[in-house]
Amino acid sequence: MARKVLIADDEQNIVISLEFLLKREGFDVLVAADGEAALQMVAEHRPDLVLLDVMMPKRNGYEVCQRMRERPDWRGIKIIMLSAKGRDVEVSKGVSLGADLYVTKPFSNAELVAQINALLAAA
Amino acid sequence: MLQGWVIAVTSFAYLGLLFAIAYYADKRADAGRSLIANPYIYALSLAVYATAWTFYGSVGRAAGDGVGFLPIYIGPTLMIALWWLVMRKILRISKENRITSLADFIASRYGKSALLGGVVTVIAVVGILPYISLQLKAVSNSFTIVLQYPEIVMPAKVGAIPILQDTALWAALILALFTILFGTRHLYSAEHHEGMVAAIAFESLVKLLAFLAVGVFVTFGIYDGFGDVFSRAASDGALRPLLTPLEGVAGGYASWVWLTVLSMLAIMFLPRQFQVTVIENTDERHLNKAIWLFPLYMLAINVFVLPIAFGGRLHFPDGTVDADTFVLTLPMAEKQEWLALLVFIGGLSAATGMVIVETIALSTMVCNDLVMPVLLRMRSLRLNERADLTGLLLGIRRGSILLILLLGFLYFRLAGEAYALVSIGLISFAAVAQFAPAALGGIFWKDGTRRGALAGLLAGFAVWSYTLLLPALARSGWLPIGLLEQGPFGIALLKPLQLFGLSGLDQITHAMLWSMLANLGAYVLVSLLDSPSAEEHRQASLFVDVFKRSGDAPARFWRGTASATDLHNVLARFLGAEAADDTFRGYARRKGVPWPEQPLSADADFVHHVETQLAGAIGAASARIMVASAVKEEALTLEEVRRILDEASQVVMYSHRLEQKSRELEAASAELRAANERLKELDRLKDDFVSTVSHELRTPLTSIRAFAEILLANPEVELTQRTQFVGIIVKETGRLTRLINQVLDLAKLESGSAEWHVTRLDMRELVGDVLSGMSQVFTEKGIQVVAQLPDHAAPVSADLDRVIQVLLNLLSNAVKFCEPAQGRIEVKLVETADWVRVDVRDNGPGIAAADQQFIFEKFRQAGDTLTGKPQGTGLGLPISRQIVEHLGGRLWVESRAGAGACFSFTLPALRQAAAAPLAAAI
Repeated sequence: MARKVLIADDEQNIVISLEFLLKREGFDVLVAADGEAALQMVAEHRPDLVLLDVMMPKRNGYEVCQRMRERPDWRGIKIIMLSAKGRDVEVSKGVSLGADLYVTKPFSNAELVAQINALLAAA
Repeated sequence: MLQGWVIAVTSFAYLGLLFAIAYYADKRADAGRSLIANPYIYALSLAVYATAWTFYGSVGRAAGDGVGFLPIYIGPTLMIALWWLVMRKILRISKENRITSLADFIASRYGKSALLGGVVTVIAVVGILPYISLQLKAVSNSFTIVLQYPEIVMPAKVGAIPILQDTALWAALILALFTILFGTRHLYSAEHHEGMVAAIAFESLVKLLAFLAVGVFVTFGIYDGFGDVFSRAASDGALRPLLTPLEGVAGGYASWVWLTVLSMLAIMFLPRQFQVTVIENTDERHLNKAIWLFPLYMLAINVFVLPIAFGGRLHFPDGTVDADTFVLTLPMAEKQEWLALLVFIGGLSAATGMVIVETIALSTMVCNDLVMPVLLRMRSLRLNERADLTGLLLGIRRGSILLILLLGFLYFRLAGEAYALVSIGLISFAAVAQFAPAALGGIFWKDGTRRGALAGLLAGFAVWSYTLLLPALARSGWLPIGLLEQGPFGIALLKPLQLFGLSGLDQITHAMLWSMLANLGAYVLVSLLDSPSAEEHRQASLFVDVFKRSGDAPARFWRGTASATDLHNVLARFLGAEAADDTFRGYARRKGVPWPEQPLSADADFVHHVETQLAGAIGAASARIMVASAVKEEALTLEEVRRILDEASQVVMYSHRLEQKSRELEAASAELRAANERLKELDRLKDDFVSTVSHELRTPLTSIRAFAEILLANPEVELTQRTQFVGIIVKETGRLTRLINQVLDLAKLESGSAEWHVTRLDMRELVGDVLSGMSQVFTEKGIQVVAQLPDHAAPVSADLDRVIQVLLNLLSNAVKFCEPAQGRIEVKLVETADWVRVDVRDNGPGIAAADQQFIFEKFRQAGDTLTGKPQGTGLGLPISRQIVEHLGGRLWVESRAGAGACFSFTLPALRQAAAAPLAAAI
């Protein structure tokens, strides 16, 4: 059964590229354009992994990550934070809120895919 | 009925009360809870200035002279205003040098000269005797008068009573006993006589209350208030002249001025004033309160003088009652026996206060500056070999107290009758005024020398004796009166009251003029001609520069060899073994040496310490003699003293400079800290900006890279999708370019390096052009545009491209926020007096009040987090505002959430008149 990945980002073009990339790798892809929608999708579809943008409307990536980590039944869901904000503080904030990985934009497609696979394989 | 025994018992009860107060204060002091370390007690003790002379004599003088009594109180009031300059310095010097009396002060200043101290002592004793006799006269007269109650009988002539029946003698003896009990309990005269000061302060209250009681009784009891007394006096032919200021004063203005000067000096240099002001002072800061409290006391005790004087003259018109007794005789005439008794006690307190302090001060001087130096020099007495001299010292003090009071009595018997109270007092004032040049010169003028001071004092004293003392004795019949009337040996130029033909002045003014001339002249001339010794030079510097010398860098002037044991012996001889131990222990503690386990090294510092302690008991001059005899000294040359002084003052100068430097450094570092804070803030802002910019750059870059990699890795992607991906890359590249351009543009605007091509613009035309240029966009989005342009608008001077940039930005913002197909944009051009204004109004969602503040900040877009990300870089509005403000206008927004927004900007209108020159200037 194909793994489910949720892409939560408000930059439409980035969503398009990620969607294309992940579908090509054989994942089931879900999309949310803001933080609220992202949480709702997680609740509805229980994805295996979430690609979480930080700067999103309504709820930012940090809040979404924190909410998700407050739910024990969602503990198995992997979270990769994707952000154009690359300062050390921001990276460590993401990791300390419970993200499994913090990836700075722009990223290499191949590396991202490899990291996603590695995380899911470890699970 | 006031019987003799009632009066006597009351008097002794009063003296007993005083003693109880003194005893209590001494006990408190021993327990370390000083009663007198209090500015109010200090100020009250200064009021020892008001003696029986004030109590009885002011009224006497006012009855004859009107306001002529006032200079005696105006002088101190003026002088005390200068005390912060003068007295604070004297206080500081006296504390540092452990001065014991006025004579000690002057002797110490001029090289610790025993001779000078002796001369000051002699002048003080001779000069003050009349003053003490005045107190005895007042006590004995008031006693005699009150004894006759209810009859009012003036006391008999002094000489008429046998000596042993003279109350003045008994008063003198009782006061002597009392003073001995008070003043010689302790030996250490630089320490405070706490009990005495407390008793004196109490006496100041008693005499004030008694005097106010009589004043109130006369003014409001006998008469009907101040107005009544004065109007009655004004309608009395004999009293009317007294109401005209200075009319009745003998000598007129000159006399008034001289009396004021005289009492200005008296408040400083009367031995008792020096005692309470300087020696008994516990804290320099007490001066602050005394400076206004003491004049207040003077005012209070003078308020009723004129009413009592006029009341007395009106009451006893025939002149049979001595005006000096009005304070007492008025209550008696009105049959107020208790008030009369209170007045008697008030007068007694005024007299005893003066006598006690004065004789203590004088006895200290006699002992330390007259007797001891002589005894110590007389080798035959072998004083150096006696182990304990404390008993001898106390004996000398007690003996001199008795002697001074008996001499006062003698003067009273000899000369007391010829003068009124006030005149006797003024003779003493004139005597102590002779100390002024040497003392004041000594603290402000370094070049004053020992011989100069000596010459001045002797010259002044000689003139004083000739012009004041001699006439007093002549008038009393002890010298031929012809001496006054024809001059000695018939030489008219030498007549004591018209010296060198100077006439037309009253006696005091005349004497003051000549004696001050002689004193000051001799002091200055001899000082200038003289060259000071090393010791004088050093003392002059210690006194004059007392405030410049910091406690950390004292100059030490001593060279020689000493043993701590010898020094201990000297101290023990004069202070007792216990006090000597205390002195050593105190010094050891300061030096951190565990004495007596470890011996103290007798270096210059230690010798100086011992000498100062000794000076506190026996005066500077005697202490010098003793220390010199106990140690082996090498004399310092003047050159060496100068060098030490220079070094010390250089140390002080350096430390001042260091302080200055460190203050400057502190200020500089504070400035640096502030600048650093500002820099940090700027740095933080810059950091934020860089971080935001990089974030904004990364976002399009992410898409570009992602699609580029996809296309690279998947050559087989079908054409439609490939076209979509490449389209996205192109669009994101455009976004990237725009962003970079705007960041650069903003940086240029902010740094002021942007180029401006300012020309004369017609805004009507410009708005029209922009609108038509954008018509394509409006049509595409289905937005309705309404332009309201006037027929004519004043031109503005601005940069065409920049104004277009602003307008385009506002319009594209409006388009961005309008709902497609329902949008409506109004553009309005308005001309006011000084401005041309452009409004761009849309019917979009509007901007919440909270957001209106920061939409003009960089990268801050309204609705950032809640409604979805708007298009654009977030730099348009900040750039527009920069442009408008650079052109001299304003850019702002008016909006309510849900009701559209209206952005407006203004540009200054070019008026016809101003248009040409302004355009030229640009």
